[in-house]
Amino acid sequence: MAKISEKTVEGKRIIVKKPELLAPAGNLEKLKIAVEYGADAVFIGGQEFGLRSNAGNFSIDEMAEGVAYANKHNARIYVTTNIFAHNENMEGLEEYLKELERVGVSGIIVADPLIIETCKSAAPNLEVHLSTQQSLTNWQAVKFWKEEGLERVVLAREVSLEEMLEMKRHVDIEIETFIHGAMCIAYSGRCVLSNHMTARDSNRGGCCQSCRWDYFLYEGNDMAETALFDDGDAPFAMSPKDLNLIESIPKLVEAGIDSLKIEGRMKSIHYVATVVSVYRKVIDAYCADPDNFKIKREWLTELAKCANRPTAPAFFENTPGHEEQLFENHKKQASHDFTGLVLDYDEETKVVTLEQRNIFKPGDEVEFFGPQIDNFTQRVETIWDKKGKELDAARHPMQVVRFKVDRPLYPNNMMRKGVL
Amino acid sequence: MHKPELLVTPTCVEDIEPLVKAGADAFMIGEQRFGLRLAGEFDRNQITQAVHTAHEGGARVYVAVNALFHNDMLPALPDYLTFLADAKVDAVVFGDPGVLMIAREAAPDLPLFWSTETTATNWYSANYWGRKGASRAVLARELNLDSVVEIKEHAEVPIEVHVHGMTCMFQSKRTLLGNYMEFQGKDLKVEGRRKDRNLFLFDPERDYKYPIWEDRNGTHIMSPKDVCMIDELDELMDAQIDSFKIDGLLKDSVYLIAVTKLYREALNLYAEDPDLYFDKKEELLEQVKKVQPKDRSIDTGFFFKETVF
Repeated sequence: MAKISEKTVEGKRIIVKKPELLAPAGNLEKLKIAVEYGADAVFIGGQEFGLRSNAGNFSIDEMAEGVAYANKHNARIYVTTNIFAHNENMEGLEEYLKELERVGVSGIIVADPLIIETCKSAAPNLEVHLSTQQSLTNWQAVKFWKEEGLERVVLAREVSLEEMLEMKRHVDIEIETFIHGAMCIAYSGRCVLSNHMTARDSNRGGCCQSCRWDYFLYEGNDMAETALFDDGDAPFAMSPKDLNLIESIPKLVEAGIDSLKIEGRMKSIHYVATVVSVYRKVIDAYCADPDNFKIKREWLTELAKCANRPTAPAFFENTPGHEEQLFENHKKQASHDFTGLVLDYDEETKVVTLEQRNIFKPGDEVEFFGPQIDNFTQRVETIWDKKGKELDAARHPMQVVRFKVDRPLYPNNMMRKGVL
Repeated sequence: MHKPELLVTPTCVEDIEPLVKAGADAFMIGEQRFGLRLAGEFDRNQITQAVHTAHEGGARVYVAVNALFHNDMLPALPDYLTFLADAKVDAVVFGDPGVLMIAREAAPDLPLFWSTETTATNWYSANYWGRKGASRAVLARELNLDSVVEIKEHAEVPIEVHVHGMTCMFQSKRTLLGNYMEFQGKDLKVEGRRKDRNLFLFDPERDYKYPIWEDRNGTHIMSPKDVCMIDELDELMDAQIDSFKIDGLLKDSVYLIAVTKLYREALNLYAEDPDLYFDKKEELLEQVKKVQPKDRSIDTGFFFKETVF
């Protein structure tokens, strides 16, 4: 079994090799934010061969820029190439993988042996990580992929901590596991609801999330049908709560899990920044002093500020019951709106220059956060536009505005506002 | 003339003899502890019996070991695979590479068929699993006819195609039916979520009914229609597809025997003279429709459908 790397300093245990914190990015801006807010690695999608065909996705040039930025900050870039290809998707694959290698991507996340084998021969410097789309659930299967030369496997979302530990005991391979974000309720790769209902191929990026729709449960055949619900009952639903393993980070670190992954290439920069920075703090705090570590309440409330759905630990300990599913109306429930991105701060005048992302006005209480600062709240006074004209509110998305903020801010710090 | 195998998934051991008579060349059986979405449950005695009956009639028996196995099931696999080899089953159907690893040790001479359902979508991967030891690839049902033919053209392993019956659209490890009933506070109805209870989800937007059940492999949701290719077999025959599967899932023996006979006739006619088949195919289709359950209409699945992404 791979042992975690630790040492003792003045009687205090310290964990030397921290797990990688792996964040999603749907475009270059999100990639930079993820790295700046503390991600050790970022996974992105290209124009082809990846799931999430609706995400922004990167051109080769954008990838090159992303890699250069990441390298400057000692971060790694992985590219999702995790479709199950059909014959017609084979074209251009070799050239594509060579391009990824050329621009300095560290590795690809793959499900289809076609892409694994093509990568080994065409772009041997790329690491190959097995995608969760392969639904890896046992150590013998992990061993198979190890023998195939893969550097890392992403486990099925159905694997518990205990099962991960057993895999680690049997096979010396890097293990990556999801810690936060939306999830398939089916075994990944084993759901083609989209194909059947809407002729969109879920395993090539066309998933239309049919699992989050409402259905009605009946019993019977062509002779007689009985509804298994009464008037006023919630319809049948199989929408899972989002995954959230913040309180289990200590166990994951002790288990020697190599990479902790946040889902969400479609999510906003506010989401990426918030989630990454919280997990960054948790991992760092735990590794610095594991034996006196306690989860801080503020970390939990911080995550709730950007949560799209209620969250749950899913399969980490047990098979989840109905409490980990969403029935009836399940509206978005983030406690805060993302209201602005800091462009600049003038220490002398104490005026921030900020790009608006959601309406705010004088009198509002807003919160600032960022990697260089501790969260603080501020009451907004007079707001000016770029030319110095006073505004009754910052109404327009991407509008550049200025107002006074007491404490120093840095570019790419973010501003949010509580939703009443 | 090329004569493909006609493979049927029977509901019980008593089906084997009449199905052989009806024209089945091979059977896929198993138990839900190891296999997914089987038409019937076959314990070890029944497997032995099925092999005996099938072999006497000149037919083959394949056993499904295609579940998604978690660690806790691994210790049971060597013994089961050894049993299957000793029982002289003709092949084991697997999806999980873990089975491949264990079979290499426990039953190295047992032929292995690769079947992951939704993810068997291109010829390269079919050949890849062939190089790893599979002697057949069972294709995803979400492929169109052109893709199937192209895979066959490039395949280094025999190819099996599903031509009749329902298709799995979804498998979750969660107990979604039980969860729903518990959420509604209807604990009394939690029992009996098995597939023989005929539960289905109604989708009002599409006016479709999707069969659903739970077993030890989780929750399964099935297609609203049965695939029926009996009048469209010519291109598959011309492509020399090696095995045509009729899935007996959620069907009774009478239905299965009737449908097997009709496909046997179709395949024989085509092998004898394609024109004989073309003259008869409409009638064969009508006969399938006659035995088809009223709440299960038929279509041609994805064979003539384009999917986008």
